[in-house]
Amino acid sequence: MTSSLPSSPSSTPRAAASTSSALEPLLSVRDLRVVIDGLHILHGVDLDVAPAGVTALLGRNGAGKTTTVKAVMGLVPRTGSVRLAGAELSSLPTHLVVRHGIGYAPEDRGIFAGLTVAENLRLAERGARGGEEGGEPDYALVHELFPELKQRAGQLAGTLSGGQQQMVAIGRTLLNRNRLIIADEPTKGLAPKIVSEVAEVLARAAEAVPVLLVEQNLALVRRLAGTCAVLADGRTAHRGDTAELLADEEAARRLLGVGSRHPLAGGPRPAASPATPVVTTEVKP
Amino acid sequence: MDTVVLLFCTGLGLGALYFLVASGLSLIFGLMDVLNFAHGALLSIGAYATWWAGAEAGLSFWLAVPFGTLVGTVAAVLLELFLIRPLYSRPRDQILATVGVGLAVPALLMGIWGADARPFPQPALLSGTWHVFGATVPVNRFVLVAAAVLLLLTLRLFLARTRYGLIVRAGVEDRAMVTALGIDVRRAFTLVFAIGGAAAALGGALGGLYFGSVNPGQGTGLLIFAFVVVVMGGMGSVTGAAAASVGVGLVQQFANYYTGAGLGDLSVVVLLAVLLLVRPRGLTGRLA
Repeated sequence: MTSSLPSSPSSTPRAAASTSSALEPLLSVRDLRVVIDGLHILHGVDLDVAPAGVTALLGRNGAGKTTTVKAVMGLVPRTGSVRLAGAELSSLPTHLVVRHGIGYAPEDRGIFAGLTVAENLRLAERGARGGEEGGEPDYALVHELFPELKQRAGQLAGTLSGGQQQMVAIGRTLLNRNRLIIADEPTKGLAPKIVSEVAEVLARAAEAVPVLLVEQNLALVRRLAGTCAVLADGRTAHRGDTAELLADEEAARRLLGVGSRHPLAGGPRPAASPATPVVTTEVKP
Repeated sequence: MDTVVLLFCTGLGLGALYFLVASGLSLIFGLMDVLNFAHGALLSIGAYATWWAGAEAGLSFWLAVPFGTLVGTVAAVLLELFLIRPLYSRPRDQILATVGVGLAVPALLMGIWGADARPFPQPALLSGTWHVFGATVPVNRFVLVAAAVLLLLTLRLFLARTRYGLIVRAGVEDRAMVTALGIDVRRAFTLVFAIGGAAAALGGALGGLYFGSVNPGQGTGLLIFAFVVVVMGGMGSVTGAAAASVGVGLVQQFANYYTGAGLGDLSVVVLLAVLLLVRPRGLTGRLA
């Protein structure tokens, strides 16, 4: 497979991400539309992912967050524009989208239950074969962040706990030298203690690689994400600064359906505190 | 006693033949969700190519078998590249297309070489009999069993040890996620078709030994039982297919001998129904 990466003047994608200007988004999605079986799921999503740190993708259940991410990955048929560092991805099949340097941790974690932990990770190696796009797999980083994955290397992934499976999912995105990590609700269904662990790892990862984070846990979003986009009914309803949005009670309630008190009223690190609800209450439409 | 031994060995030989067809069928369905109704045609192509090379072109049997296997492999790769792949997002058309090939190939063979069975070349080394516990068993039964065991071991090694084996095992579980890790899963599709085609064509070549002749309908007849084996063994499980092949081959032989002819074939279907009632996911617990 020949790599069609746009050659960047700065050495690695990671370096490029942290040094390029804040004005230029790393990932730029315009007028993204998805129709599945005649149903219009997305009617025009616009989204920019900042070239550093965490960008959050928010919205109520059913707003189209997961579909947006899948459309970026090419996992559902889509129209519109998806540009990663200048390269148009919207007509590429999924494996070539990934090879432009995207690590993807899907909503259901996408773990291969019948494969061992080591095999799950090995499958994600994009490595030296076919160009330098993936680089040498960075097992040192993955095992430093998740020592458990090293101890459990021979264990079948299907027998892991939910939190451990999420570690495998995130570990797979960190193995390659990616330009962008997309994590779709990585804390879903996890115990509060594990949620804060995952948050810790995401924060660490975001120091090196920009992260697009789909998340319902607003306490976590507030802690990690600088900018955000909010979807409603398959469209982009709001884009801007995360802290500003979450500080505006009226806008937050209207866009996200959250109550007026918590978890927005929580402290600086509410995700780590078991006393704070980690799942936001949502008003069903 | 010698009858039981003979039936056992013949049943094992038949089971081995089923496994040669079913292993590829199972991997193809498990990985690609493709019900390859053209798989029997691949067996027929292998059988006729081997027969042609041996009986018409005058090659020795030991060259004719690899030749037939190679022709079947090439046919399988062409089938995947030019028929299955363009119809990938249209599963219904895909089934129709494979059914069409499954009908067209036997018709083509019949058109060229006639509907009558052609005697298959039998090398002296494999045409004798062995004495096993007082029974006289044709050697070709053991040839089939040996080929099936070798295939099973090779496939297990391939699946466990190689990167493509890893991709196939992962793809059987979740194909979309494999592509989302940056892997072009279509290469694995072609590879699996090539493996399945090679195994089926080898089955055709060695089936010629077992039956003593080749005829255009052979592949289609075997395909039905291969599908039974695949469902029993659990879609995508090679080891499950091996176990189910042995079971189906033995049940069929014993029932056909001790009850009426034809009841053996019926009993296989009954066996399938009972198994699916007790274990809806097949022997290996995989989703059928």
